[in-house]
Amino acid sequence: MPTKGDSSARIKEIRRNNERLDGQTVGLIKSTADDINKRILRRGKPELKLPVRSLANVTYSTDKGFFELGRQKKLRTLTVNTVKTFAQTLRLMGLSKALVETRDFATKRDAYYQSKNWGDAMFHEQDESDAVMDDIEALFSTHSISREQLRFIPDEHGGAVAGDLIVYDPDIETGEIERIDCTRFGSGAYSIPSLVEHLSFETKAKFILAIETGGMFQRLQSHKFWKKANCILVSMSGVPTRSTRRFIRRLSEQARIPVYAFVDCDPYGISNIYRTLKVGSGNAAHINQFFCAPAARFLGVTPQDIKDYKLPTHPLKEVDVKRARDALKNDPFFREHRSWAKALEMLVKMGVRAEQQALAKWGLNYVIDEYLPAKLKDPKQFLP
Amino acid sequence: MSLTSIQNKTRRAAAHVQLEVPFGPREAAAADAAEATAVLAAPRGHVDRPGGSERSPAAPRSPRSGGRPTTGPTPRGRAPGSRKAASAAGPASPESIAQAMAGRQREISIAEFFAKNRHLLGFDNPAKALLTTVKEAVDNSLDACEEAGILPELLVELTQLAEDRFRVAVEDNGPGIVRAQVPKIFAKLLYGSKFHSMKQSRGQQGIGISAAGMYGLLTTGKPLTVISRTGSRTKARRFQVAINTKQNAPDIQLEEEIEWEREHGTRVEITLQGTYKKGRHSIDGYLLQVSVANPHAQITYAAPVQEGESERIVYDRTSDRLPKEPKEIRPHPHGVELGVFLKMLQGTPARNLQSFLQQEFSRVGKKVVDDLFAAVRQAGLALTPRTRPRSVSSEDAEALHRLIGQAKIMAPPTDCLSPIGEDLLIAALQKRVRADFYTAVTRPPAVYRGNPFQIEAALAYGGELPGDELIEVYRYANRVPLQYQRGACAITKAVVELPWRNYKIPQSRGALPAAPMILVVNIASVWVPFTSESKEAVAHYPEILTEIRRALQECGRRAALHINRHIRAADEHKKRSYIQKYIPHIGIALQEILGLTDQARDKTVAALTDTLERSRKM
Repeated sequence: MPTKGDSSARIKEIRRNNERLDGQTVGLIKSTADDINKRILRRGKPELKLPVRSLANVTYSTDKGFFELGRQKKLRTLTVNTVKTFAQTLRLMGLSKALVETRDFATKRDAYYQSKNWGDAMFHEQDESDAVMDDIEALFSTHSISREQLRFIPDEHGGAVAGDLIVYDPDIETGEIERIDCTRFGSGAYSIPSLVEHLSFETKAKFILAIETGGMFQRLQSHKFWKKANCILVSMSGVPTRSTRRFIRRLSEQARIPVYAFVDCDPYGISNIYRTLKVGSGNAAHINQFFCAPAARFLGVTPQDIKDYKLPTHPLKEVDVKRARDALKNDPFFREHRSWAKALEMLVKMGVRAEQQALAKWGLNYVIDEYLPAKLKDPKQFLP
Repeated sequence: MSLTSIQNKTRRAAAHVQLEVPFGPREAAAADAAEATAVLAAPRGHVDRPGGSERSPAAPRSPRSGGRPTTGPTPRGRAPGSRKAASAAGPASPESIAQAMAGRQREISIAEFFAKNRHLLGFDNPAKALLTTVKEAVDNSLDACEEAGILPELLVELTQLAEDRFRVAVEDNGPGIVRAQVPKIFAKLLYGSKFHSMKQSRGQQGIGISAAGMYGLLTTGKPLTVISRTGSRTKARRFQVAINTKQNAPDIQLEEEIEWEREHGTRVEITLQGTYKKGRHSIDGYLLQVSVANPHAQITYAAPVQEGESERIVYDRTSDRLPKEPKEIRPHPHGVELGVFLKMLQGTPARNLQSFLQQEFSRVGKKVVDDLFAAVRQAGLALTPRTRPRSVSSEDAEALHRLIGQAKIMAPPTDCLSPIGEDLLIAALQKRVRADFYTAVTRPPAVYRGNPFQIEAALAYGGELPGDELIEVYRYANRVPLQYQRGACAITKAVVELPWRNYKIPQSRGALPAAPMILVVNIASVWVPFTSESKEAVAHYPEILTEIRRALQECGRRAALHINRHIRAADEHKKRSYIQKYIPHIGIALQEILGLTDQARDKTVAALTDTLERSRKM
């Protein structure tokens, strides 16, 4: 445990850090608005350069290990036709600045209702405000500022966390920094909030174990597997939400520890859950830089595990086979990694899938006593 | 409808009447055979063509001398009704069956035939019958006035006598009809002046008004009433005539002299069963369309409102100019079918082929004849310019007809056409339709199969016309509105196939455009090709479709110019309102973000307003 002196130094550092982050966000909002204002005063037509978000402008970066947006930009010039959207964009940026300054936040729905005070510039449907917000998100993403940093938060919260981890969380009302010990939730767990940008972490754990199902998470948590393996357990419950992904990313980056994914052995677990966790998705390429966890590795369940552990299986459905073939053919991530291509081909050839809980065939705690310890002995064997 | 087709129809009806008793398959075969014979016996002319025959249609003769007898089909099968007897006593000999059938075979009067097939003339249902009756009477009145060089003044009166019984009265200021002709014109089918002339007119066949009178008689038992006066020195005469359907002859029930305030003119009254409808097929809609295409006509319509009450609608004339009187022309050689050609050879007074060709046809001169006979010699035919027309064998005639088809002959003269004219079309539309924009196009005359024709199109756009409905298309043939069979008409086809979106006029694929617009298309021709005898739709000749398309394209281009101006004005308005509405919010947002003073904010708003107002781009 850190001493009190350490702790207060740390808290100061966290404060400084958060203030610097917020300063960057407000600074960018101001400089964008300032450019526009100056352009108007010079009798010019202001422009916004938005990255093109079509798949044609998405590339897989081998170096960075995720999908990123290319350099194509579309220019939105302020004309009579765009004056309404321009006004709405600027008003939404103004809202963002106010949210940062008051340390508050708004969901997409909140922002939509806020616009009802804007008279003629109000949004009539949430679709309209979502579209403008997507543009702002894309605009700021080119300056490495995420929507969460603009204080527009997603509706869904994140997954559950347990293990040797202290989370520092500034109180929205008082600015006091709360210290949350993730070992002290009994059989329960710490729940990742919607907004994780201002959290700081302290941990001695060696890795993060990201688990697909709540059932498996509960087993490992109740039996304090995190203590035994010196790790942090995170429940993803299917494809991880934005905040879960961002939490895992920030935690692994700050603590410099790897992320091991423990999911079902089927094309969905591999190409949707794991691939999204590690490199993000092509559809939302502008946010991958904030959300992907390049430090992730695939612990299991692997197609080889099905053989090695003689796991009970179910036949692959047609959609599974289609998903796997599509991944093999079109997904640069799987084409990049030969070992993944092999594993997927093997799975399709076997024509079966196995859930992580299939290990229960050998005993309910077989996963804790045998499977995970055996796997963790040699992380180099994990699929990339 | 031509003489030949009427003969065909009559015979088919004969076969039909014979077989009204129950019959089995073999009798049906007999009926088919009888019908086939009837068709074979008919001349091979095209059914749409009047031909140059000078024979009276009331006394049809076979065109080929020494041909088959024309009274009824040749019997070949068994007599219907004799089947029971035949099966009881073993198969009867064909001879005895033929004898039995002959006993039942008799001539069918044309009038009797139409009494049974009223739908062929547009009397399918009570609503249509009422409109057709008005239409036939109005056509006759307009034709009569124009021929006499009188500006038409028409009175159309509709009186509701009972729930489903109406009296239609149509009165004109025309030249009147001489006493002896009245009964025949109004109570004898196929009696008229227009059938045998190659001249543009509304009516053709001399069926319309007498058919209407016959329909009235059939449905109400009331004869047709005619009042006519030919001038101030004669008295008006009032007739009540019925048609004797058996003999196709008038049956005069009353004739008297009366006092009539009109100096000259004719009034027809028909009492008939009908249904009065509003809307697209209404009489007011019809008369409105008549007035658009006949701007020189004054039409007063007394319409029933409630029991015993009527309201008067006056469609006053837009122009005091009578339309140019169309010239009568001789047929063009390229427009004559083989069957008609054969008839002409037989019937001509010319002594030799050279004068036959030069006298009976238009555009045939010495050079055309010389070239033609050069080709005849080359083809090895034994025909010379001196050959007597009657002595030409049917094989040689067929070869000659083919060579004529290949010969280079000047297009037919076009002074036989009398279009409405662009100015009058626009003026008439302006009077009847409240729109923002009007235009009209009269195409130069063109030719289909030797028949000259001319297309006119006009367009009214915007104003008070309904914006989000399919457009109305007023279709006309020789200024007569076509009310039914919209989908089968070449005019509709040309309108639907034109890409109206190129002219900023919205249109779904395969449909009429949906816009605040009315289209007018008129085809003027000596012989308008209709798809059927009831003259409701123009046939799809490629030359006609092309001409309609060209006229519509020109109208469309002009409309597009207007619409573009309109769009620009609307854009300008939108621009101003956008600037007023949204620029202040840009000021507010920039003030919020940058902490601007109110003055600084207003300066920015003013600068941006100025920039956008001066920019031409939206």
